Amino acid sequence: MHIIDRRLNPGGKSLENRQRFLRRAKSLVQGAVKKTSQERDIKDVLEGGEVTIPLDGMHEPRFRREGGTRDMVLPGNKKFIEGDYLQRSGQGSAKDSGPGEGDSEDAFRFVLSRDEFVDLFLDDLELPDLAKRKMAQTETEGIQRAGYTTSGSPANISVSRTVRLALARRIALKRPRKEEIEELEAAIADCTDEDERLVLLDQLQKLKAKSKRIPFIDPLDIRYRRYEKAPRPVAQAVMFCLMDVSGSMSEHMKDLAKRFYMLLYVFLKRRYKHVEIVFIRHTDRAEEVDEQTFFYGPASGGTLVSSALQAMHEIVRERFNPSDWNIYAAEASDGDNSYSDGELTGLLLTEKILPVCQFFAYLEVGESGGSAFDLSDSSLWTLYERLRNGGAPLSMRKVSERSEIFPVFHDLFQRRETSQEKAAP
Amino acid sequence: MTERLFEGADWDFHTLQRITDACEEVALQDLGLDVYPNQIEVITAEQMLDAYSSVGMPLFYKHWSFGKHFAFHEASYRKGLMGLAYEIVINSSPCISYLMEENTATMQTLVIAHAAFGHNHFFKNNYLFKQWTDAEGILDYLDFAKNYVMQCEERYGRVEVERTLDAAHALMSHGIDRYPGKKKLDLREEEKRAGRRRQHEEEVFNDLWRTVPKGASKTRSAISLERRRKLLGLPQENLLYFLEKSAPRLAPWQRELLRIVRHIAQYFYPQSQTKVMNEGTATYVHYRIMTHLHQQGRITDGNFLEFLGSHTNVVFQPEFDDQRFSGFNPYALGFAMMQDIERIVTRPEDEDREWFPDIAGKNDVMGVLRDVWANYRDESFIGQFLSPKLMRHFRMFHLHDDPEERAGIRVDAIHDDRGFRRVRRELARQHDVGYIDANIEVVDVDLSGDRRLILHHRVIKGSQLNETDAKRVLQHLADLWTYDVALIEVDANDKVLREYVVSPRPIPAAVA
Repeated sequence: MHIIDRRLNPGGKSLENRQRFLRRAKSLVQGAVKKTSQERDIKDVLEGGEVTIPLDGMHEPRFRREGGTRDMVLPGNKKFIEGDYLQRSGQGSAKDSGPGEGDSEDAFRFVLSRDEFVDLFLDDLELPDLAKRKMAQTETEGIQRAGYTTSGSPANISVSRTVRLALARRIALKRPRKEEIEELEAAIADCTDEDERLVLLDQLQKLKAKSKRIPFIDPLDIRYRRYEKAPRPVAQAVMFCLMDVSGSMSEHMKDLAKRFYMLLYVFLKRRYKHVEIVFIRHTDRAEEVDEQTFFYGPASGGTLVSSALQAMHEIVRERFNPSDWNIYAAEASDGDNSYSDGELTGLLLTEKILPVCQFFAYLEVGESGGSAFDLSDSSLWTLYERLRNGGAPLSMRKVSERSEIFPVFHDLFQRRETSQEKAAP
Repeated sequence: MTERLFEGADWDFHTLQRITDACEEVALQDLGLDVYPNQIEVITAEQMLDAYSSVGMPLFYKHWSFGKHFAFHEASYRKGLMGLAYEIVINSSPCISYLMEENTATMQTLVIAHAAFGHNHFFKNNYLFKQWTDAEGILDYLDFAKNYVMQCEERYGRVEVERTLDAAHALMSHGIDRYPGKKKLDLREEEKRAGRRRQHEEEVFNDLWRTVPKGASKTRSAISLERRRKLLGLPQENLLYFLEKSAPRLAPWQRELLRIVRHIAQYFYPQSQTKVMNEGTATYVHYRIMTHLHQQGRITDGNFLEFLGSHTNVVFQPEFDDQRFSGFNPYALGFAMMQDIERIVTRPEDEDREWFPDIAGKNDVMGVLRDVWANYRDESFIGQFLSPKLMRHFRMFHLHDDPEERAGIRVDAIHDDRGFRRVRRELARQHDVGYIDANIEVVDVDLSGDRRLILHHRVIKGSQLNETDAKRVLQHLADLWTYDVALIEVDANDKVLREYVVSPRPIPAAVA
């Protein structure tokens, strides 16, 4: 009789099978993930969770019989006697218990972990191919301390470590201390007895010889600080959220914008170790605020889009050197801008903002069910469209329903054709 | 005063040892069971789910469908739709029982009594298991299978291996020899043979042989139809076996994969034929052991009540009009029949003496039961030992559903004197695997023509194959056969009801 504790066995034995299953079901699961994410809050979505996929693509067929005449023996007869007839579809009759239990398997739910979910969620998305793309993948080498070494350049001598070692050596080898020698010398000076003086002199000589043999600092003691090169990712990103909070922006519109920003945040977070977010809200003047204020702070006033761009430009100049940072910006607005501001906005964008940005997305948000939306383009939309037609790397979309956020996002970041083959199985 | 095995719900490994010893004493001395050596392993819920997904086996090759089942079980487990099995037991020697760490001490006792002694005895003694399974070899064989599949994946690519395994799985239920004729499987020998075969092939491989001129082949008509069928071993109901031996274009490793799947299917075949008996035996044994331990005072009244709670849940049989009804519960039916046999043997009534003259009043309960456990399978067991009293107890009745019949479903027999035998026969038939599975055979190969493989499905009671599934399975079959496959459904009078013809999918260029 053996009793064995297997609980400590490496777990996750099923992981491999599970991954195979996910790989196989990938397109199905991806579809399900997208559908699920439309129905739920983005925050919840990114916690991972349950998805339902049709079993059809994952069906394992077997020969099975169905139909024909069926005989069955059932328990629980209460009133029937031989020769009775039971209504076929009415209640009280036997429910279908014939062969073919596989029928019930047309869809099934299962739980994806957070990582699996986000992976699938963002799988076919990619950062747009822009100027700094290459840099975003490479890493620079940084330098970091890595202990001590016995050789090196004099500039790197570690004094404290060297002295410590020297002291240890002196103690170990019993190098006479200065006080001892001084004491002896004093004793010799005071000494009256010639014989004793000779003995002391002899002692003194020995001590002095010994302290010469054992130097105060030996080349052996010297230690240098060692430095090592370590890769340091330059992959850091900053995301600018620019939002119009003028009176015309409703809660619904802000909510749409927020969802978009969150997606962008999660997406960037996947790619970079460090993602910073800068929230800038503007009316006719812009200010940098925290998230809470950004989305919920009451503010109202006229609209000057250029103010936000100006603020962003200044912040970039102060804090985010474009050679070190990947800069992303997303602007959400209902599209109203004061007429006089158009030219300045365009100028700022083309000359200051777009050259340093990896990606600039403009999201025009509208009221839920807003059909008037399509009638005429807003002033901002017209402006941006003109810029884009002029070749500026701008992405722009209109959104009026929550469920559109993800498709739009997906659209913006769709993997570009070159890498598309790779994604296809 | 005997010492208690444990107090409360907590247990540790010493407790488990004490419990096992106590169960063993009852099982061997009082019940006279004969078991394989036991090995008890404590595992976590996740590991249990995992074992669950790979048909209860501790080691198995990797395949996506196990991942699918894992995901499926896990989701329903998380949602609380499904309780986990308390135990999984493996028909191997030593007999391995998995215990979940979450179980209480009482549950562990129940599980040990149930699995390590009940199932274990059944595995070791039932004739089907003796005939078909090789308890000593199975774990080694599974280990071999796992490694072999892994090696194939490295050599030939995962996609290729997966394609072959998918096809083999689809045919798995038709990869079984139903009638013993060949010798029992010796899996260890099997594994060695596979190794030797490969080695031999590698050693004797000589590219020159390809260039040796072949003699003029015999004219095709020279081989008579009868002889051809005989050479191919037709008719053949074991489709996997047939493909393994005769499919013209399979690579040796593909044949080996088919062989592995076939052996595993065969290994599980006795289990599918003995669900009622196997669970009935285990439940009866645990009930006897637990009661005995309680009577001896080795478990407290509280523990015994806890046991009774679980036990009652397990043997609960919902009636046909109950929401929870999904056919006969093998635990309920099996346990009831074992207890009924005990009653017939010790306290028979006149009716029992008439129905069961051989065992009524024989008084040697365990002797009779051990004999039953050894020599029957579900179908014959029910056909022999379902008593009128039990049919009355379950209020069994027999329905006949003929789609042609306008009036509805006819009640053909009920639990009365006129109906007992018919109900019993019908229930026995429902548990006959040979009757439940579609009867499909390879009947011919058109070797002189387009090499089309011809299969027959003998339709019983007008029950034909599900079309979607049949097409998919045939697709897999055709892919392995690499020529057209035709499946003809014929009724008892050889009248053709439906015919499927499926062509193989082109093999992707990637295959070397």
